[in-house]
Amino acid sequence: MKSKIDIKNLNLFIGKQQILKNVNVQIPENKITIILGPSGCGKTTLLKSLNRLTDLYEDVKVSGEIIIDNEDILHSNQDVTAIRKKMGLLAQRPYPLPMSIFKNVAYGIRISDSENKKTIPQRVEYHLKQVNLWDEVKDRLHSPASRLSIGQQQRLCLARGLAVDPEIILADEPTSALDPISSQAIEQKFIELKEQYTVVMVTHILRQARRIADYVIFMYLGEVVECGTAEEFFSNPKEERTKAYLKGAFN
Amino acid sequence: MKLKKTEEIFFKFLMYISVSFITASLFLIVFSIFYKGLPSLSWEMVSETPKGGFYFGKEGGILNAIIGSLYLSIGATILAMLFGIPIALFMNVYLRKYNRFVNGIRFFLDLLWGIPSIVYGAFGFTIMVMLGIKTSLLAGIITVSIFILPIMVRALDEVLKTVPVGLFEASLSLGSTRSETAFRVFLRQTIPGLATAILLSFGRAIGDAASVLFTTGYTDHIPTSIMQPTATLPLAIFFQLGSPIEEVRSRAYSSALILTIIILLISVISRIVSAKYNKHRIKF
Ligand SMILES: Nc1ncnc2c1ncn2[C@@H]1O[C@H](COP(=O)(O)OP(=O)(O)OP(=O)(O)O)[C@@H](O)[C@H]1O
Ligand SMILES: [Mg+2]
Repeated sequence: MKSKIDIKNLNLFIGKQQILKNVNVQIPENKITIILGPSGCGKTTLLKSLNRLTDLYEDVKVSGEIIIDNEDILHSNQDVTAIRKKMGLLAQRPYPLPMSIFKNVAYGIRISDSENKKTIPQRVEYHLKQVNLWDEVKDRLHSPASRLSIGQQQRLCLARGLAVDPEIILADEPTSALDPISSQAIEQKFIELKEQYTVVMVTHILRQARRIADYVIFMYLGEVVECGTAEEFFSNPKEERTKAYLKGAFN
Repeated sequence: MKLKKTEEIFFKFLMYISVSFITASLFLIVFSIFYKGLPSLSWEMVSETPKGGFYFGKEGGILNAIIGSLYLSIGATILAMLFGIPIALFMNVYLRKYNRFVNGIRFFLDLLWGIPSIVYGAFGFTIMVMLGIKTSLLAGIITVSIFILPIMVRALDEVLKTVPVGLFEASLSLGSTRSETAFRVFLRQTIPGLATAILLSFGRAIGDAASVLFTTGYTDHIPTSIMQPTATLPLAIFFQLGSPIEEVRSRAYSSALILTIIILLISVISRIVSAKYNKHRIKF
């Protein structure tokens, strides 16, 4: 197993409160890694620190290493936008950009490839089809993205993230606002995507995790309690807290 | 329970009183401008410059002041925008992390907002003397733009502050730079509010007399270059209002009416423009 992201001794404080406690995990390449854990345990924070969005807050202190492609992105002097382009982050709550549906996806395309303007319409169509949104929006591509429903916005944001052509997809509960059919379509999409991408996904739905996970990270109160292959994790959990979680003891 | 209800009624009552008080005084002002201004409002007023005996109640109009005021306040608003928009974006996009520092800047700008415009006028005049510039449209534009800059920056800042951090994160996580985020996301998200903020500054610029009192001079001609002095509506009102001649005083009111109508027109236009963009705004 080749690891794509290697997190070493990651500690994160917000003010005096420690949010991530000595996180050490490896995220395998071309696999789906699922992060599980009760609400408030630091899953979103972990995803954001992979993308260096933690830079935006004054009172956040991060220490440790996050190595992606042999480079410690926390202490790299590489341009932070180049680091972020490698990753498509799908936030827990969808935030479409204040422009039309078409332009939202085109915005992502223009960032990854500012030439080839002629092919943009085809590529917008391709990415919208990828996330099962095309049929719903093909007749109103130029109407504002703000008018889409939350579930549609979620898929639009996924399409936009894919349009940047990242290597890693970080998805924070990407199906939280979707009906079972659309959820399954997205799950299916992730399974296809792992051929080319490394997928890291947060979910609260255990059944979904069982369906698609190759690798699981279980967090509790800012610590990584247990991590390993999905098979190991679900059939033979080692830690008491994992067993309790799988039984449904904490939400 | 009963007490709560009385409290509710009491505050509702207070609210109604203050609302009607404000509305009534607004109407009173508008009414008196119309009442005193309409009789002497004529096509001549808005289409001609003052003729020989204008200040004694004879022919002519205040076209010089209308055009002068428009030149002056459009110039000053554009100049202030050139600085104000980048400053406000910088505060909200680049300095977003340093909240305490930005709040310091806000405090400072609020102080500047509170300084009476006559002080800016005097300041502009001092600089003119230092640089050897005569009273002119240019000197007025610079002075007025300094005077409205804090107002504009704070008004823009209040609007930009409302952009949620999630949208900021979404744009950055796509790999766009901060300046792309500023100009392509923040500006788009807030265009309706920004238009209002700029309009507010424009209203201050066109309505202020004290800052142009020493700096623009006054002339009966329409300026043909920014180095020439110019008349402005507030000063035209001021001068005419001080006249002992009844006819001239009533023209002061029609000048005020013209000023009011200009502000009204511009606010309607900006509403129409911003409504066009409002639909793209992401609502939360
Ligand atoms: N900006 C912030 N300021 C202060 N505390 C924060 C901030 N962001 C997150 N936290 C705290 O960090 C902890 C972890 O939050 P995080 O959002 O990572 O949880 P999560 O595991 O994603 O939860 P959920 O499943 O509910 O999304 C929480 O206790 C939260 O209160
Ligand atoms: Mg979360």
